[in-house]
Amino acid sequence: MAVTALVVEQDDGTSPVFPRRRRRRLGVYGLLVPASVLIGIALGYPLIRQFITSFQEFGLKQQFGAPPEWVGLKNYQELLSDPYVWTVIGRSIAFCLVNAAVTMIIGIAFAVLMQRIGRGARVTLQVSLLLAWGTPVLASMTVWQWLFDSQYGVINWVLANVFGMEDMAGHSWIIEPLSFYFVATVIVVWMSVPFVAFSVYAGLLQVPEETMEAAQLDGASQRQRFWNITIPMIRPVLSIVMLLQVIWDLKVFTQIYVLQRAGAPTHETNLLGTLIYSYAGEFSKAGALATIMLVITLALTGFYIRQMLKEDEL
Amino acid sequence: MSAVATPAPAPAPQDTPVPVAVRRRARVKTTESGRAQSRRSRRVLGIVAVVLAILWVFPIYWMINSSFLPLNKLQTTRPTFLPIGGTISNFRQVWNDQTFWDAMKISLIVVVIVLVAALIFAFLAALAVSRFRFRGRKAFILTILVVQMIPAEGLFISQYRMLDGWNLVNTAMGLAIVYTAAILPFTIWMLRGFVAGVPIELEEAGMVDGLSRTAAFFRITFPLLAPGLVAAGVYAFLQAWNEYTLALVVMTDPTKHTLPLWLQGLVESNRATDWGVVMAGSALIAVPVIAFFLIVQNKMTAGLVAGAVKG
Repeated sequence: MAVTALVVEQDDGTSPVFPRRRRRRLGVYGLLVPASVLIGIALGYPLIRQFITSFQEFGLKQQFGAPPEWVGLKNYQELLSDPYVWTVIGRSIAFCLVNAAVTMIIGIAFAVLMQRIGRGARVTLQVSLLLAWGTPVLASMTVWQWLFDSQYGVINWVLANVFGMEDMAGHSWIIEPLSFYFVATVIVVWMSVPFVAFSVYAGLLQVPEETMEAAQLDGASQRQRFWNITIPMIRPVLSIVMLLQVIWDLKVFTQIYVLQRAGAPTHETNLLGTLIYSYAGEFSKAGALATIMLVITLALTGFYIRQMLKEDEL
Repeated sequence: MSAVATPAPAPAPQDTPVPVAVRRRARVKTTESGRAQSRRSRRVLGIVAVVLAILWVFPIYWMINSSFLPLNKLQTTRPTFLPIGGTISNFRQVWNDQTFWDAMKISLIVVVIVLVAALIFAFLAALAVSRFRFRGRKAFILTILVVQMIPAEGLFISQYRMLDGWNLVNTAMGLAIVYTAAILPFTIWMLRGFVAGVPIELEEAGMVDGLSRTAAFFRITFPLLAPGLVAAGVYAFLQAWNEYTLALVVMTDPTKHTLPLWLQGLVESNRATDWGVVMAGSALIAVPVIAFFLIVQNKMTAGLVAGAVKG
C-alpha cells in the first residue's frame, strides 16, 4: 500500500536513522487529517451541496421541511433563457478582462520602472505600493468613496479647478453604469497593481545578466531584448499572476457591492458576484448561477491551469 | 477571501543587490555622451517613479488628512490639503463609540480562533507534505492549489446554509470555521516551503547525539521555523481582519458585526454628513494593519517564494 519514506532517503529505506515503520505511515495521514477535514467540511461540502441543489426545486414548501424535488436542468434553463443573466455574464467577463489587462500592463510597467531607477526612487515607489496593498479593502473602499464624492470629493475639485473642467463640480460618478465601472476599475486596479508589480519585479531580478549581455553583444536593441528575452524568461511568473488576476476580477464582489450601496442603481451595475448575492433567498437559482460562474472561471483559466500543472513539478 | 490567497511566486524583498545596475554598464558602444544620456534617462525615470508613488499613496494620505479635519474644513468648496489646525475630535468620537468596541471584540475573537487553528492545522499538514513521501501526496498538493481557484463568492450561500443548520450563524465560531478553511490552503502552501528549507540533516545530527525524534524536532527544527510561522500567522491575521463578504453573509445581526461591517455601517450612517468621522474609523482599522504589513512584508514574501520552490 502506501509507500512512506522520508524525502531525504531513497525508497529502499536503508537509512539507519529513520527506519521505516508502519506506525509512521499512518502518522503521516494523521498529520493531514485536521486540515483535510476542515477544508472538506467548510469548502468541499458546500460546493457539492450547492451543485446538487442547483438541480432541485427549493421553494416555499422546502423551507417548511418538504424534501426538495428534482427538477433536472430547470434552474439552468430558467437562468440561461433570461437575457438579463446573459447581460450580467457579458458585463462580468468584460469587466474581468479589462481590469486584468489594465492591472497587468500597469503592474509590469511598474516592475520594469523599478528595475531602471536608482535606489531612492525605487524604495519610495515600493513603500507607496505596499501601503496601497496593505490597506484593508473596506478602508480603501471608504476612502475612494470620499475621493469620488460628488459634492466635496477632491477628484471633482481637481478636475474642475486644476484642469478647468467646470462641469465636473458636483458630478456624480456612480449613477451612470459606464462611469460606475470606471470608478470600480480605478479602485480594483489601484488595489491589485502592487501584487503584480512586486511579483513581476521578483521575476525580473532572476533574469541572468549574462544572457542580456550576450544579446546586447549580438546587437539586440533594448526593445528586442525586452520582448525576446525578458518576457519569455519571466513567462511563468506572468502567467500565474495573470491567472490570479482573471480569477479575482471575475468574482469581484466587495467593490461592486459597496459602490452599489453608495447609491448606484443595482440593476444596471450588477456583476455575477452581486447577482448571486441578490438571489440569496432562492437557493437553487443561486446554486445554479454559482455553478455557471465556476464553469466560466474554468473556461477562462483552464488553459493556463493545464499549462501550469504541466510545468509545475509538485 | 481567497482574494489574497495566492500560490504566486512573489514579491521581492526591498532591495536584492542582484543585477539591477547591470544593463547600463554593458553598453556596447560606451561613449561619454551615451553614458551621460543614460544617467539622465535614469534620473527622469526616477522622477516619474516618485510622481507615481505620490499618486498611488494619495488615497491613504487623504484618509489620514481628512481624519484630522473638522467638518467645516471638509465641507468647503476648497479642499484642505494639509491637516494644519487639525483636531482629534473625529478619533475621539469613534473611540467613544461602543459599537466600535463591540465590533473590535468580535473581530479579535474571530482572528484569534482563525490564527490558532490555521497555524496548527497548516503546520501539521505542511510537515506531512514536505517531510514525507506517501501515496496521495501529489493529489493533496494539487487539491490545495485548485481549492484556491474556486470563486468563494459562489459558495457563500451554501456556506451560510451549512452554518445555519448548525446554529452557527451570527457566531464568531461559525465565521472562524469558514475563514480558517479558506485560509488553510495558502498557509499550508507557504509553510511547506519553510519546512522544506530546514535541512533534515540538522535533526539527524541531533538524534545521533541522543535526542529522540520528537525531541530533535522540537528542539532543533521548530525554532528554525519561527519566521515561517510568523509569516503564515500574519497572513491569516490580515485575511481574517479584513474579510468582508463572508462576514456580510454570516453575521446578519448588527450586534455581531466585525470591524469591516461596522465601518460599512458607519459610512452608511455618515455619508454626506461627516466624512471626518468615517475617515477616522477607517484609519483606526487600517493603520495598525498597514504597520504590521510593512514590518513583516519581507518575511511574508520570502515565504511565498519559499513555497514556490520544490519541497
